[in-house]
Amino acid sequence: MAERRPAASPPLRRRVRSPASIQIRVTGSVLALLLVGGVAVAIASLAYGRQAARQSYDRLLLGAAQDIAESITIVTGGPVTALPLSAFELLAQAPDDRIFYAVRDAGGALLTGQEDVTPAGASREAREARARDRSGPVFYDARMQGEKARFVTVPRRFAERDYSGVVSVTVGQTMLARNDMAYVLTRDALIAAGVLGLMLMGLSVLVIRSALRPMERIADEMLARDPYDLTPIVTPLPAELSVMTEAMNRFMGRLDRQVGAMRNLISDTAHQLRTPVAALRAQAELALEEEDVAKRQQMVARLAARTRSLGELLDQMLSRALVIHRTDSAPRLAIDLRDVALEAVESGDHQLLAPGAELELLIGEEEVCVLADEMSLQEAAKNMLSNALRHGLAPVRIGVSTEGREAVLWVEDSGPGPEDDLMARIGNRFERAAAARGQSAGLGLSIVQAVATAFGGRLTMARSENGFRVALRLPLPEETQ
Amino acid sequence: MISRIALLRRRFRPAPTGPGRAASHEGPPAGRPRTGARAAILAAALALLPALPLTAQEATARFGAAQGTPFTVYSTTDIAILRPALEAFTAANPDLSIRYEQWGSNALYAEARKQCRDGAGPADVLFSSAVHQMVELVNSACAQRYSSPRTQALPETRRWRDELWGVTHEPVVTIYNRRLMPPGEAPRTRFELLDLMRRADPRYFGRVATYDIEASGLGYLLAFADSLEATTFGALLEGFARIDAVATCCSAEIIEGVAEGRYLIAYNVLGSYLQPQSTPGLNATVGVILPEDYTLFLSRAYMIPRSAEKPEAAQRLLDYLLGPEGREILRRSGLVFERDPDVQGLPESSERAVEIDPTLLIARDRQRRASFIAQWRSVFGDAEPAP
Repeated sequence: MAERRPAASPPLRRRVRSPASIQIRVTGSVLALLLVGGVAVAIASLAYGRQAARQSYDRLLLGAAQDIAESITIVTGGPVTALPLSAFELLAQAPDDRIFYAVRDAGGALLTGQEDVTPAGASREAREARARDRSGPVFYDARMQGEKARFVTVPRRFAERDYSGVVSVTVGQTMLARNDMAYVLTRDALIAAGVLGLMLMGLSVLVIRSALRPMERIADEMLARDPYDLTPIVTPLPAELSVMTEAMNRFMGRLDRQVGAMRNLISDTAHQLRTPVAALRAQAELALEEEDVAKRQQMVARLAARTRSLGELLDQMLSRALVIHRTDSAPRLAIDLRDVALEAVESGDHQLLAPGAELELLIGEEEVCVLADEMSLQEAAKNMLSNALRHGLAPVRIGVSTEGREAVLWVEDSGPGPEDDLMARIGNRFERAAAARGQSAGLGLSIVQAVATAFGGRLTMARSENGFRVALRLPLPEETQ
Repeated sequence: MISRIALLRRRFRPAPTGPGRAASHEGPPAGRPRTGARAAILAAALALLPALPLTAQEATARFGAAQGTPFTVYSTTDIAILRPALEAFTAANPDLSIRYEQWGSNALYAEARKQCRDGAGPADVLFSSAVHQMVELVNSACAQRYSSPRTQALPETRRWRDELWGVTHEPVVTIYNRRLMPPGEAPRTRFELLDLMRRADPRYFGRVATYDIEASGLGYLLAFADSLEATTFGALLEGFARIDAVATCCSAEIIEGVAEGRYLIAYNVLGSYLQPQSTPGLNATVGVILPEDYTLFLSRAYMIPRSAEKPEAAQRLLDYLLGPEGREILRRSGLVFERDPDVQGLPESSERAVEIDPTLLIARDRQRRASFIAQWRSVFGDAEPAP
């Protein structure tokens, strides 16, 4: 493990050190937003600016036309305009624009103002006539000496004794000031949008930098770590990034447990094998020196039995390591405990352990499901069964039941069970007494114990009226209750 | 009954000729000696041909070397007054020569209008004191645009659309005859003038002069500016009528009349015509008053017609006149007035510029003009001279 760490580090480091790509992506998005937003703002503000300029200057135009219309009086049978200065002062608000005005009587004849004999003037007069027919002001665009201009025609009705009819006042102005105003409004809006965009970009750079700074801290921390240190990372991170450290912490936790399990296996194995192997060597040396054939035969038979027992011990230890490994890594599935019990009976292992022993299977009609790893459960069941067959009295019963919120897989023999002091110690990782004898009783139950713990359950041992019962109790999943 | 409007010529005061419609000219045909005979012939011609088309210039002159590219200036300003400036310009720009035509303001306007309509004409520069007519020409898109640092340096009130520029700065003054007027009686303000006329002193009968607003575009503009400026104008008209004031067409006629003692007071005279070099001995006999209630200031308007064939030359002349040398020459010619508080005592707040802007279009309005002239005539005609 320690040797693989440095090899694993560089990719980790690269990932932490690659905020540049995030930066580029965010900057790109902001730029795209600015571009699209800028175009939208430009179009919108141009339209808005034009409308605002049109509205405000139309008001001036209308005000001037109404001023002039106000000033018309009927003098000796004809309308006379006392052209007011205020009207022209209103129009002079657009200081550089040229002005057109004309006052026409009901027949369309020019009373005062500017003559315009161009075709544009003719079409304008048609519009003026239309405005006379209406009662309100009419705005329109037309040309004034070839230049685009805006006009308004205001009708004024007279019903005097000596004059009756509609006099129309037309005022027009070129568009320099309007276009200026629209341009200025648009330009200001674009400047504001641009400044805002730059600020947004700057802000995004700062936020990304500050958000990713903890990542660099973690990378540095990881590099500085002792290779055997698998404790969780506690550096505080923003919620979005803590997902990563949590995953890493879980991963390191699993690694930690597996390393621990392996270490235990090695030390257990060394510990448990030392005594039986020493005994075997002693017996083998004795057998070598024994000259009596009958005695030697007897010693070799004992040697064979011990060897077999040692083999079983090894099997058990390996299966326990397997179980511990799997309970940590294998996915949890819904397992029917009845299948586990059935498999334990049908595998026929008991025939080898105790040929001819009576075995009963007690399972109900309904399935008893738990969330667990099937192989680990089977290993536990086999160990419970072989334990009963080896140490208990026939007949032996294996069964599945539910008790309250627990699913129970139990094995019962007809004997009295172990002594009380042994029972207190039973289920530990290994049992010296058993080991000393080259047998595996304690180890078997310790596998069951490990399985129970891994899946959130427990191991119980109790004397019943029929004998001694060992039970693996696992919690029922929520939805089956 | 006394004449309503008298078209007066020097040396004689003719019988009433009725409302004059003759060509106006506020300047005399300067640049040559003004002889009585010539003026009498001119006056007779004008009196006899009132319906003459308004197309003839009054005088012409050439400035600059013969080989210089000529360009044409139409102006209402007397040749004599503008001569130093034009000579200095052609001296500084030997590649150009100026063909200078002096026109009456109404005739100049009519000719410019025609050239604008035709889209062609000889004029490269229009330079007129009838600013309202020039504003109307610009408003009718008859001008072309020009902008330079010197035109931009002009105050807002002296330019419009970068097509019309007020080159001069001339006060509109009241003048009086120093020898014949009692020393204390010279009116410092319009109110004093009013009081003087209300007293109906027989000494002043027929001896107060002002412009005929129908015959002179400038006279109309000044009277119109007065009418916008203060309510005293109506009373002033009434006063003129009361003492049988004389309305005449021309600056030179008025000034000479005052100098010779035919008139005691003349109201609304363009100060630039009071040049010692054009009228010898003027300072001794003619006193000048810048009215203290307010003094109108006029800027002659310079315009480059759209149909100008040599606009670059016109632009160079404009820049020259606005530049330091041109300005100094114009100042010496009396066309750019400079305040001298020690001498004049005129408070700055009483300066009223005739602003070059579109509000001057009102002065050109047909009905408003008609009613203004009607008011002028009715006041002159209805008022009886005091017994």
